[in-house]
Amino acid sequence: MHDEATDRPVPKRGALAPAGWSAGSAGASLGHRIAGVREAGLLLIIVVVSVALTLLTPSFLTWGNLVTTLAGLSLDAIVVVGMTIALISGGFDLSVGAVFACAGIVAVGLMIAEVPIPIAILAALMSGAAWGSLNGFLITRVGVNPFITTLGTMGMARGVVLVLTEGRVLAPVPNGFKLLGQAQIGPANHGVPIIVFFGLATILVGDVLLRNSVFLRQVYYVGGNERAARLSGLPVDRIKFLVYLLSGLLAALAGVIAAARFGSGSPLAGTGMELRLIAAAVIGGASLAGGEGTILGALLGLILLALVSDALILLNVNVYWQQLVTGAILVAAVTFDVLARRRRG
Amino acid sequence: MHDSPLLSIRDVSKRFGGTQALADVSMDVANGEVRAIVGENGAGKSTLMKILTGVEQADTGQISWDGQPVEIRTPFEARRLGIAIVHQELSLVPNLSVAENVFVGHTPARKFGRMSFLDRPSMLEQTRALLADFDVAIDPSMRVRDLSLALQQVVEIAKALSQHCRLLILDEPTSALTAHEAEILFSLLARLRESGVTIVYISHKLDEVLRLADSCTVMRDGSVVGTLSRADMNSDRLVSMMVGRTLETLYPAHSGGGEPLLEVKGLRRGNRVRDVSFTLRAGEILGVAGLVGAGRTEMARAIFGADARDGGEVLLAGRPFDVRTPSDAIRQGVGYIPEDRKDVGLFLRMSVRENVIAVTQCSSGLLSWRDRGVEREAARDAVNDFHIRTASIETPLLNLSGGNQQKVLLAKWLAIKPRVLIVDEPTRGIDVGAKVEIHRLLGQLADSGVGVLLISSDLPEVLGMSDRVLVMRNGRTVAELDGATATENLVMSAAVGKVA
Repeated sequence: MHDEATDRPVPKRGALAPAGWSAGSAGASLGHRIAGVREAGLLLIIVVVSVALTLLTPSFLTWGNLVTTLAGLSLDAIVVVGMTIALISGGFDLSVGAVFACAGIVAVGLMIAEVPIPIAILAALMSGAAWGSLNGFLITRVGVNPFITTLGTMGMARGVVLVLTEGRVLAPVPNGFKLLGQAQIGPANHGVPIIVFFGLATILVGDVLLRNSVFLRQVYYVGGNERAARLSGLPVDRIKFLVYLLSGLLAALAGVIAAARFGSGSPLAGTGMELRLIAAAVIGGASLAGGEGTILGALLGLILLALVSDALILLNVNVYWQQLVTGAILVAAVTFDVLARRRRG
Repeated sequence: MHDSPLLSIRDVSKRFGGTQALADVSMDVANGEVRAIVGENGAGKSTLMKILTGVEQADTGQISWDGQPVEIRTPFEARRLGIAIVHQELSLVPNLSVAENVFVGHTPARKFGRMSFLDRPSMLEQTRALLADFDVAIDPSMRVRDLSLALQQVVEIAKALSQHCRLLILDEPTSALTAHEAEILFSLLARLRESGVTIVYISHKLDEVLRLADSCTVMRDGSVVGTLSRADMNSDRLVSMMVGRTLETLYPAHSGGGEPLLEVKGLRRGNRVRDVSFTLRAGEILGVAGLVGAGRTEMARAIFGADARDGGEVLLAGRPFDVRTPSDAIRQGVGYIPEDRKDVGLFLRMSVRENVIAVTQCSSGLLSWRDRGVEREAARDAVNDFHIRTASIETPLLNLSGGNQQKVLLAKWLAIKPRVLIVDEPTRGIDVGAKVEIHRLLGQLADSGVGVLLISSDLPEVLGMSDRVLVMRNGRTVAELDGATATENLVMSAAVGKVA
């Protein structure tokens, strides 16, 4: 199964690979080649769905609807960066939703206690770092597998939140803080919420770093073959620890921004977030086995899921169908993956 | 005793991809005898056993059982004939009890109407009865995990005997046992023999074979060399039958040996590395020979920092070489190409380029930025220098042949410009053409002053490539032979423990 050595790279499969992506995308090894096709394919599906929705209902292609949809997924976008990297490393982080809520509670709680806003935010971020470090420690030093570890910290973080709030929503938040989450940039009726920029910035920085930072690329090796990575001299434990630390931090960041946006800290915030994010990342090309995935793909996965849920609302479909549809899309994406791999041998 | 053999194998052949594992193997095993099967690593013993136990199917040939031709398509069919095997790695479930393991797959049950319930008392009782014959004190309700390895092996044998068993195959049964535990096993085997069970005993340990076997079949390179009866068996003859090849001349001319580069004294790690001492000189190829289980890979990993050492001293160019992780070793210029390239050596789903740069890029700082140009150049250089056949540097590694994968592995490690390179089975499973190229590359490497530690089970390779040959047995370095005067017989004798 080999030809003579040539320097010409094998042309990317799928004529849909947009020009802009070939320059920046990760090398065309097996997983990445599938991802290039994947990202292009997802974009196509998103475009098709959008066109369909535009034709089906006048409310889709309105500024209000688009902005609301984008704002809704901006918070997810911040956390999905951490989740995708965790998936690439061969694990995942089930605790993000709980850490998200915990950060919001810590920030708001401190602000209510008249702690200066920057300190409250810092403390909230540190709480995320603490949970992330706990995950990292248990997974690397003690050796508990990521599923059980993050399931446990999920329970602990959520539990802490419930104990601290006794189940009540914490409010109000100072006006200065609210600005962080509710400001709009742009003309009065057509402003873009600032959180969209936060989300976009995180995605861009995350994607660029993952493609170009030598350190972050090592995560692919760790997820691809952990034992080979160790024998190749990669600091596997350090890498995994930092992955979970980052995931916790990003979840906390999103939690703080959410608290600013909603003007309150809710003990139920972020419920169900982890599964939604894993689904989005996997739809975008990440594999539970590790070694594959891109942030761009995860973003596209989020957009697709958000579009679908938006569609259900606009078309007046019973919102309970949402879970069914999300699940079906996930199964379809993973089945496509398995079949594509099998054909490639 | 019947006149016809219990087991008759005629012209059995088996090919795996490019390798002919068995070629026209024929042998007869008489009813009630103890037949030993010996041969080097790769002689075909385990493939033959897999065919006998229904795990693999022969491509050609015929097997007869009790005079009748049979087809053994599945392990279940083998078991039904009465063929049972005790593997080197035991197949017990550690968390379950002894009785549950012994009766796995045929647990005694009580029926109530249409439903069956596990009959635990009966299971325990039957297990007790079985074990009583073995003269060992094992409580059938104990968890297997809590037993010593030797007792676990007894359980495994009891498991084989719990069902109709006429042929018991034992694969390297004493490799993990102490001398005392081995004695227990031997008296057990004597008792089994008395009760009419035929035994096939696969072992590297010629002293055991000489002691226990009624006859011994020697295999080599997938064929049967011959079968000796007890009267004709002696170590000399067995060793020469195991080895009898002429040295191939396809090895690069090389002579090396400069300053001492790597000095190892009294290295110890766990049970597998008990006392290893040697000196590797710059520009030299030091071959390391020994049987499977001698501890060569474990020694390499302990030197490289992949496993923690328990004792001993290692010096690199005269300075202490105390490494805790592979990256420490790599930083000081020591590389290790592991034995199992697919499992722990390569990133199969990743491209040639990504594999080639895997080690060099890990030494960059936390904030380093990728330089794709440098990566591509490194990969292209590797493809050119090593004649790696691949469609492009972006081709996923699993699309390459084994030989080319191995070259990528070599390229990856040579990229760090090591001073010492440990290679573990570098040409295992590789076609002849690629073998020659890899040998040439290793020769060039040594010529440039690198010290190469060559671990290999391929005797001609060890003898053809090495300036000196180290032989390991049971975790110890037992012999050091000069490359020019070493012979396969000498190496093999040291490896199996025959006093030469």
